[in-house]
Amino acid sequence: MAGVVIIGAGLGGLRVAETLRASGYAGEVTIVGDEIHLPYNRPPLSKEALAGGVEVADLEFRRKAHVDDVTWKLGSPAVTSSLKEGTVTLADGTVLQFDALAVAAGIRPRRLPIPGPQAGRVVLRTAEDARELRAALLPGAKVLIMGAGFIGCEVAATARKVDCEVNIVALDAEPMIRPLGAELGAGMRRRHEANGVNFHLGRTITSFNGTDRVESATLDDGTVLAADIVVEAVGSMANVEWLDGNGLDLGDGLSVDDAMIVEGTTNVVAVGDIARHHNALFSGPKRRIEHWNMPTETGKRAGQTLAALLAGAEVSQAPFSAMPSFWSDQYSHKIQSFGMPGNATRIEIVSGTPDEACIAEYFDESGLVGVIGIDKTSELAPYRKLLMERG
Amino acid sequence: MIKVTIDMDKCQHYGQCCFEAPDVFSLDDAGHIVYVAEVADDRRDDVESAADVCPMQAIEIS
Repeated sequence: MAGVVIIGAGLGGLRVAETLRASGYAGEVTIVGDEIHLPYNRPPLSKEALAGGVEVADLEFRRKAHVDDVTWKLGSPAVTSSLKEGTVTLADGTVLQFDALAVAAGIRPRRLPIPGPQAGRVVLRTAEDARELRAALLPGAKVLIMGAGFIGCEVAATARKVDCEVNIVALDAEPMIRPLGAELGAGMRRRHEANGVNFHLGRTITSFNGTDRVESATLDDGTVLAADIVVEAVGSMANVEWLDGNGLDLGDGLSVDDAMIVEGTTNVVAVGDIARHHNALFSGPKRRIEHWNMPTETGKRAGQTLAALLAGAEVSQAPFSAMPSFWSDQYSHKIQSFGMPGNATRIEIVSGTPDEACIAEYFDESGLVGVIGIDKTSELAPYRKLLMERG
Repeated sequence: MIKVTIDMDKCQHYGQCCFEAPDVFSLDDAGHIVYVAEVADDRRDDVESAADVCPMQAIEIS
């Protein structure tokens, strides 16, 4: 059995398979997932699914009829590979032969080596992670969140909704400062504080304390915070170790060309969180973009590339162009972004203030590179149009 | 005809669908999604794309 092997049964892998079929590829397609689940939607894991009442089956993506004939190999991650031999070996010992390979293996939460008990330290990436955390989010539970990015802040909002005590410890000066900037970040911090969250910013955790499991954490200024559960949301790592030994640069995901073909290969594509690509809408170096909409954008392009490749047709090298976008729900507030606000050297609040509904424009030397609205979704469309015209 | 349904318990009115199929999905002045429930078969590709990009996966097509 050869055909196309897709490593990763998330949104990116699903989109590659759908596009292969939609583009006329009729050969074998095998999708390998490290989790036991069919592709499901992760954003609700820090929100509705964490507050209760949503199971993983409710989160499964709609699977189009034309992917009914793909083979799913779920519950066993890829562990090694030989691109030269055209093989991938899974943890259960299965060796899969491929004509073409799609890398859609995604990312996993980074863990920091902090001394002290490990029990009681959790991350949030999978449905199982969400289930474990949900069981700990009882009224009055002391929840300590490491990291003030989107996941940390969304978990904080959800935990407050179920009446937990919430502390956030982060090195950053404000929550979500990298994408939002300091002013909007401070506005969101004040919303969290008004909802009862305590921030410890510019701080790190030096040790966890407790006998069998975490009971408290000591910060670098000596503060001790009681904790029943610790949620670690301090960034991510690309799942690329299984590609080791193939001469690829695995330092920051995988570098791909405009067709999503991995640099140094002819029959391997990468998509989603781990694909480092150019974007015709924004200048600068290749970047990995960990936004929800990118697996669809890159997955569709990679599917077209593989279909052409396997049909012996010419692969389009037209510039890759996609509008990065993210969303976040915290309490009753909605943050929405278009473009690359994190690249900005200048930020201008053009409507409202950071403490109410507002819109901020983000600029670099090339002009407008991004826009973020808080509770202003309906007014962002003209900005998206302006940003699209950069290409 | 294609029948379009939005699960309003899931929809968070992010408006991503409006960019893919603006003739089917739009935001009203209050920022709420409004949509056409029955569309011609030749609009299937764009309606499928709109369902694909919905962060809440709230759009159903039949």
